[in-house]
Amino acid sequence: MGMEGIGARVARKEDKRFVTGLGRYVDDMVVPGMKHAAFVRSPHAHADVKKIDVKAAMAMPGVIGVLTGKELKADGIGNLICGWMIHSKDGTPMKMGAWSPLAVDRVRYVGDAVAVVVAETRAQARDAAEAVEVTYKERKAVTDAVAALKSGAPQLHPEADNNLIYDWEIGEAKATDAAIAKAAHVTKMHIVNNRLVPNAMEPRAALGHYDKAEDHYTCWTTSQNPHVARLVMSAFYNVAPENKLRVIAPDVGGGFGSKIYIYPEEIVCLWASKKTGVPVKWVADRTESFLTDAHGRDHVTEVQLAFDKDNNMTALKVDTIANLGAYMSLFSSSVPTYLYATLLSGQYRIPAIHANVRTVYTNTAPVDAYRGAGRPEATYLLERVVETAARELGVAPAELRRKNFIREFPYQTPVIMCYDAGDYEASLSAAMKAADYDGFSKRRDKAKKAGKLRGIGMSCYIEACGIAPSAAVGSLGAGVGLWESAEVRVNGVGTIEVLTGSHSHGQGHETTFAQLVSDRFGVPMDSVSIVHGDTDKVQMGMGTYGSRSGAVGMSAIVKALDKVEAKAKKIAAHLLEADEGDITIENGELKVAGTDKAVPWFQMALAAYTAHNLPAGMEPGLKEGAFYDPSNFTFPAGCYICEVEVDPETGTTEIVQFVAADDFGNIINPMIVEGQVHGGIAQGVGQALLEGCHYDPSSGQLLTASYMDYTMPRAGDLPSFKVSTSNTPCPSNPLGIKGCGEAGAIGSPPAVMNAITDAIGNNDLTMPASPQKVWAAVKAATKH
Amino acid sequence: MYSTTYHRPATVADAVKLLKKADDGKLLAGGQTLIPAMKTRLAAPSDVVDLRHIKELKGIKVSGKNVTIGAGTTHAEVASNEKLMKVCHSMCELASHIGDPHVRHMGTIGGSVANNDPAADYPAAMVALGATIHTNKREIAAEKFFTGLFETALKDDEVVTAVSFTAPAKCGYEKFRNPASRYAMTGVFVAKGKDGVRVAVTGAGDDGVFRSKEIEAALSKKFDASALDGVQVSSRNLMSDIHASAEYRANLVVVMARRATTAANG
Amino acid sequence: MSEVSMVVNGRKVSGSVEDRTLLVHFLRETLGLTGTHVGCDTSQCGACVVHVDGKAVKSCTMLAAQASGSEVVTIEGLADGADLHPVQAAFKQHHGLQCGFCTPGMIMAATDMIARHPEGLDEKTVRDELEGNICRCTGYHNIVQAILAASKEMGKAKKGKAKKAA
Repeated sequence: MGMEGIGARVARKEDKRFVTGLGRYVDDMVVPGMKHAAFVRSPHAHADVKKIDVKAAMAMPGVIGVLTGKELKADGIGNLICGWMIHSKDGTPMKMGAWSPLAVDRVRYVGDAVAVVVAETRAQARDAAEAVEVTYKERKAVTDAVAALKSGAPQLHPEADNNLIYDWEIGEAKATDAAIAKAAHVTKMHIVNNRLVPNAMEPRAALGHYDKAEDHYTCWTTSQNPHVARLVMSAFYNVAPENKLRVIAPDVGGGFGSKIYIYPEEIVCLWASKKTGVPVKWVADRTESFLTDAHGRDHVTEVQLAFDKDNNMTALKVDTIANLGAYMSLFSSSVPTYLYATLLSGQYRIPAIHANVRTVYTNTAPVDAYRGAGRPEATYLLERVVETAARELGVAPAELRRKNFIREFPYQTPVIMCYDAGDYEASLSAAMKAADYDGFSKRRDKAKKAGKLRGIGMSCYIEACGIAPSAAVGSLGAGVGLWESAEVRVNGVGTIEVLTGSHSHGQGHETTFAQLVSDRFGVPMDSVSIVHGDTDKVQMGMGTYGSRSGAVGMSAIVKALDKVEAKAKKIAAHLLEADEGDITIENGELKVAGTDKAVPWFQMALAAYTAHNLPAGMEPGLKEGAFYDPSNFTFPAGCYICEVEVDPETGTTEIVQFVAADDFGNIINPMIVEGQVHGGIAQGVGQALLEGCHYDPSSGQLLTASYMDYTMPRAGDLPSFKVSTSNTPCPSNPLGIKGCGEAGAIGSPPAVMNAITDAIGNNDLTMPASPQKVWAAVKAATKH
Repeated sequence: MYSTTYHRPATVADAVKLLKKADDGKLLAGGQTLIPAMKTRLAAPSDVVDLRHIKELKGIKVSGKNVTIGAGTTHAEVASNEKLMKVCHSMCELASHIGDPHVRHMGTIGGSVANNDPAADYPAAMVALGATIHTNKREIAAEKFFTGLFETALKDDEVVTAVSFTAPAKCGYEKFRNPASRYAMTGVFVAKGKDGVRVAVTGAGDDGVFRSKEIEAALSKKFDASALDGVQVSSRNLMSDIHASAEYRANLVVVMARRATTAANG
Repeated sequence: MSEVSMVVNGRKVSGSVEDRTLLVHFLRETLGLTGTHVGCDTSQCGACVVHVDGKAVKSCTMLAAQASGSEVVTIEGLADGADLHPVQAAFKQHHGLQCGFCTPGMIMAATDMIARHPEGLDEKTVRDELEGNICRCTGYHNIVQAILAASKEMGKAKKGKAKKAA
């Protein structure tokens, strides 16, 4: 390992611009003649749109145009789609209701856009948007998924009877029921996974520019995957053919899943730019983000975990209802199915598993992948039920887990996934040691004397990352392949540009990807540039989500580097009059092994471009591309331990210790990996303690539509974290990487809830464990 | 934000003139509540009259136990005033926990008092300390000044110029923050002075700041946290929202009162 | 419309703006200083923090007209030429940022915090003082480390200077 190579804690290259205020986000972009858009949004959760009168708005100062859904439809702009087909267990396809970028005759959630105003300034656009007169006829609304399935519930889409999108299953129902029937012990729980709002700090934004001269569109957008945006806008939304549409995702201020999807606003900004003849910029304010960003989680589950008389797990039965909101967002269907139920085996040998999942339309914002996407829901239910089972069985939580750990690999679970490598015992032991688990009872006694209730809880998670083998996901219904692309361009002076289809919105790709190249050729990191986020520069890519940029994106770079290396060696061998097989590359030189003959990297590069002296038949230049399609998912896993102190008088929970022991496979930059874990834990702790999205059940109004009511984790809510890794390399990709972006958010919520319920002696507690709820639970526990 | 017209007077008299002339004018003190309300279009004043450059509104005077704080004094200035700290430490403590450091650099005691947000901290202190609110026209006892949610005794063209009080022998403030907004979900100011024990509660009442007679009675017997053991306050007339039910707030009133009393006793 | 003039990052600037223009929009749109960000509507996230007359304030909660006549320092004005300010350097060194969106406000808040605590900082104080700055990426762990390190570094530098002067 060099100072800048694989495994080094290199400070980030991209930070220079961010710490000096020179980052370039979509809202920082200015195009000559640019004007501003404001959307007219439904104040009702469910209503028919009877009439839209734009006359008064058109007369407002600065207004250039007011456009409605009817005009959008007349121009042939398509409906938004969900790109992952799920079939119900009866074989019927999922019921996808129509989602127009601007609603035409019906609105289905508060915030559904019905018209757009383009004006000289942002404030004028807002002023005029208020002057658009929309006549609504209100309908009854339903926001809760369980209620939406009941007969007599308001119906959202004619395609979906009883609001049911699909009724899907995985695993063996009969075997599972049989095992439960003869179990020595069955732990049963009702589990609610609370709805969250992703809240990337940069609100979504789009700048659409139609260039009449070239008949060409450019879209700057806050996207995690600009190429997918271009593909979908071209293939399904009829905005423009791909060769006439450039999508640029510049610096993006966080995503966490919410910026994967193609939303109505970027489609409308592009269309409106052509329609009005001016470049159109829209930037969400925070309340708009709360109303319209895709939300996360929102599951209600009944679970049963069965044991034999020796406390071996014998079966797991899961029945989940998942709220998908008013429309099916781009990947929404995959989250509560293949990203969720396939992980229900956790780290355990469970011979029989069956899961049934029903997804439901409600009058709420669309729900899609949010950091972890399905895996936090699986982990939460499994780790809560395992901990509860340990309490019921009178076994130490660690012992019950240890007894049931998978210890041999590969391991085929009953729910599709085949785990390739792992050492769950190592993570558990490391976490218990770091947490001084053995010393807990003393700490509990000490806290008691100070009037505090101290508790400890753990969670052993597994996730599937590196999403994903294209053929496999294709067979499961995905509308796209999930490979990644890379191109490595060695310039004439030896500097290197790496073009990647991954997209960085905080993950530090400009650094880690450069480390990879530096490590390979021994060239300084400063001579390596990472290019991403622009469909005119990078030909194609699938973007960044599902902790895939390392395992998939970097593997593509490795493949391209292999090709570059092969050609570079050929050129060097020719220059050095040596055998190609004897050439080694180190410290920026190509050497003949065992001799002092060498050619510097830059000289070899120059030779490739002067082409004065190349091997016979070799093309000039040094530029190679590669597509990498993973052969399996990767399986990061780990153990998290949380220790809390509850103030019984107020119900306040303080996290006094949080330990994470992860197995991410090989690591390129430990500093960045730790940062990912810290951030993930903060979001997981946020889910467990603070964050909850609330709609008023009768009116469908979003009650948590700003930071005044939605509790964001602040510095004072969190402790410093103790994180460590113990790595088993991933066998399925060349770098042995598993991925680290989501683990923190996946592993932490059950650890927190196990700790609080341990502290207060009451297991009947839902997330977020707000002071009020904990106070009530403490009171209920002392009454017994 | 809707259109508005900005004014910057140098004297209170000029501020009043500008306010009178405006269709629907508003005084702009630190702006930490008014500007957010304007941004979200919940407030739409035709004119805003900036008080930040009026010298006569600034400054803290302490003479013996008598304290006068100019309306234009920021929370940060109240929090760090050494003279005030000596005679009434709890006021400094209270100010040091309003909002966040950036808000405290702009927000003023006059603005907070005049706005009378039911979750603001200062109203509890003013009522418990038996403070006097000074305006350009008159002096008003705090208890008569705060009349309801965002309601005060102020007339249309009246400007808060200062607050004054006599520092009590003992006082303390404790609040429980709303986890999201960080405003007081329940805040209790206890004071033991010449006129006995006064306890004011903010953040909890459905009609704004109020005195808790139950707690005053208990603490009058013995000014010690233990005097509140077993004391319950009614949840009637307390606010209920997604963060805290009235019952939970009733509990918090007692718990915060106990902690404020402990703080007061040092 | 109002004529506003102020000194921003040491440079005298002026402009004609609508009275409703917020300071942050004057900085971003009139002056092109886009390092100062807007992350919420309710004056809570702190992405917009700048220094006005030496104090950290939220530029989204102040009209440009209110700031007329003031001295303003934004994230763009913090570094001394090519040399990063110690707080900027510490954020880079300690990985105190990921997506970078909250970072300018965090750094402006941190420099103000350090200046107000010449006695030095501890972890609890830093966390309490970050009440008005929200980050969604880092979990604050490394932000806290960065601020503590910068505070130490600046304390040392100050002592060194004082010694020299003596």
